[in-house]
Amino acid sequence: MELNEIIKPENLVYAKPGLMNENPMHYCPGCSHGVIHKLIAEVIAEMGMEDKTVGISPVGCAVFAYNYLDIDWIEAAHGRAPAIATAVKRLNPGKMVFTYQGDGDLAAIGTAETIHAANRGENIVIVFVNNAIYGMTGGQMAPTTLEGMPTSTCPYGRNIALNGYPLKIGNLLAELEGTCLVTRQSVQTAAAVKKAKKMLRKAFENSMSGKGTSVVEFVSTCSSGWKMTPEKANKWMEENMFPFYPLGDLKNEE
Amino acid sequence: MAEDIKLMKGNEAIAHAAIRYGVDGYFGYPITPQSEILETLMAEMPWDTTGMVVLQAESEVAAINMVYGGAGTGKKVMTSSSSPGISLKQEGISYIAGAELPCLIVNVMRGGPGLGTIQPSQADYFQTVKGGGHGDYRLITLAPSSVQEMADFVGLGFDLAFKYSNPAIILADGIIGQMMEKVVLPPFHQRRTEEEIMAQCPWAAQGKTAGRKPNVITSLELDPATMEENNLRFQAKYRKIEENEVRYEEFQCEDAEYLLIAFGSSARICQKVVENARAEGIKLGLLRPITLWPFPTKVIARYADKVKGMLSVELNAGQMVEDVRLAVNGKIKVEHFGRLGGIVFTPDEVLNALKELIIR
Repeated sequence: MELNEIIKPENLVYAKPGLMNENPMHYCPGCSHGVIHKLIAEVIAEMGMEDKTVGISPVGCAVFAYNYLDIDWIEAAHGRAPAIATAVKRLNPGKMVFTYQGDGDLAAIGTAETIHAANRGENIVIVFVNNAIYGMTGGQMAPTTLEGMPTSTCPYGRNIALNGYPLKIGNLLAELEGTCLVTRQSVQTAAAVKKAKKMLRKAFENSMSGKGTSVVEFVSTCSSGWKMTPEKANKWMEENMFPFYPLGDLKNEE
Repeated sequence: MAEDIKLMKGNEAIAHAAIRYGVDGYFGYPITPQSEILETLMAEMPWDTTGMVVLQAESEVAAINMVYGGAGTGKKVMTSSSSPGISLKQEGISYIAGAELPCLIVNVMRGGPGLGTIQPSQADYFQTVKGGGHGDYRLITLAPSSVQEMADFVGLGFDLAFKYSNPAIILADGIIGQMMEKVVLPPFHQRRTEEEIMAQCPWAAQGKTAGRKPNVITSLELDPATMEENNLRFQAKYRKIEENEVRYEEFQCEDAEYLLIAFGSSARICQKVVENARAEGIKLGLLRPITLWPFPTKVIARYADKVKGMLSVELNAGQMVEDVRLAVNGKIKVEHFGRLGGIVFTPDEVLNALKELIIR
């Protein structure tokens, strides 16, 4: 069989989402951001909401998310994305609004904005990428860094006496009356990606049906920051991150 | 038709003017002496009438970022606070200026530094007209000296903000915010429709419609050559504003031998000083900058050729006086008189200062 006989529309099993453009990504090899971006692009398009979606990008590795998805974006100051999303949604209730935030952005400098937007039950989606490290600035300790995990600002491992405990902000958000969905997902296997996409879709649907705030946490790797190969990082995540940040729904109201 | 005259506080006038001017959203956090703005808006419930969104934020930081978000969608949005709260907003203000978004900020100043006092002050002049946040940016700064101007400057502030895609600020103080005066509120404007917003603000992040590039609201640009171009564009805009938007008021300046320079509540007190001085035979006038940035540099420079001396009268330790001296450029004597920490000067104190510092 010749190659051109195989390349036919009916044989297509995978395609780049239409909302993703040709800009080369700045993310490191093995990084979870690319897959999560792709899932968001797919969900927006499958819902037919391309012309009604406004994304709020953070400060952190995803600061340039707006370079990769051809939707309208507002670039936030560090941690402020939920406040920005609050106003965008309240002033434009017909739009689909999401924030895309890392652990430092969402759970350290932006804790107040995160908690209060969720507590008000803002009809937004919060996409939370938890890789337990500050990637963009070169691998410093995050609020979610595990005990004993080395980073450039805790080179001998996170010391609880010195740095406090890793913050399970997902659990905290699930306690709030304003959230309708808080789920912890991952994207290191095909099965995980499929499941994560389903929950992401539900989160976006919630935001349009006025159910309150939906939080989709992605437990992720940072092979550069963790100083591991992508393969080793995935294994390390499964062995160390998943026991502390177990996957699954923390809250999923119908 | 008889004008509909009402008696109210300056802070209340801001709230009523915002509803009437078709403002889309207000985001605030309580702080004395300006809490009546949020309280009045909440009591008026404009979401039921004009559709205006009013939200009490969790902090001043959140409130200014809500303004950033709302402005990014082309909406007419505002916030208000007082000095310590305005300090907290500086990060957001810098981002708004860097993203070239229109919005209105209100600062009803109180004495500082730090938690300071809740009494009136004009000590945020430097913060407002010289920067405040990081980077090379400017705020269109309107200084009301009456409750009527509190109401009028809401519309003027938004008009200028949208004309130049730049944040505007009303720099009032505790006296103007708290005192009650007669005011004629502006007529009702309809809020703009979605179509009108996109026609006025084609850059707004409202959802990417087919046939256009994504609209991205950002102040980030890592390429230094492009970032310099962005800054040069801001500077060109600022020069245009300096050329076109200077506003001031002259009070008995025609034959004046001496001038008081004062803004806001200080200018109200200085009107009395002018009357008292003239009763004593001193030919005194008052020049009141209405825009603190752009500053009325040229008109003050012209008066430097006519009068013998100027006294900059401010409720601070001497801030605007630096801009007056720059305008005068050493031609005549320029001094400052002020009271600090929330104390308000009497007309007699000002007149004595004029005699001692300038006329003597």
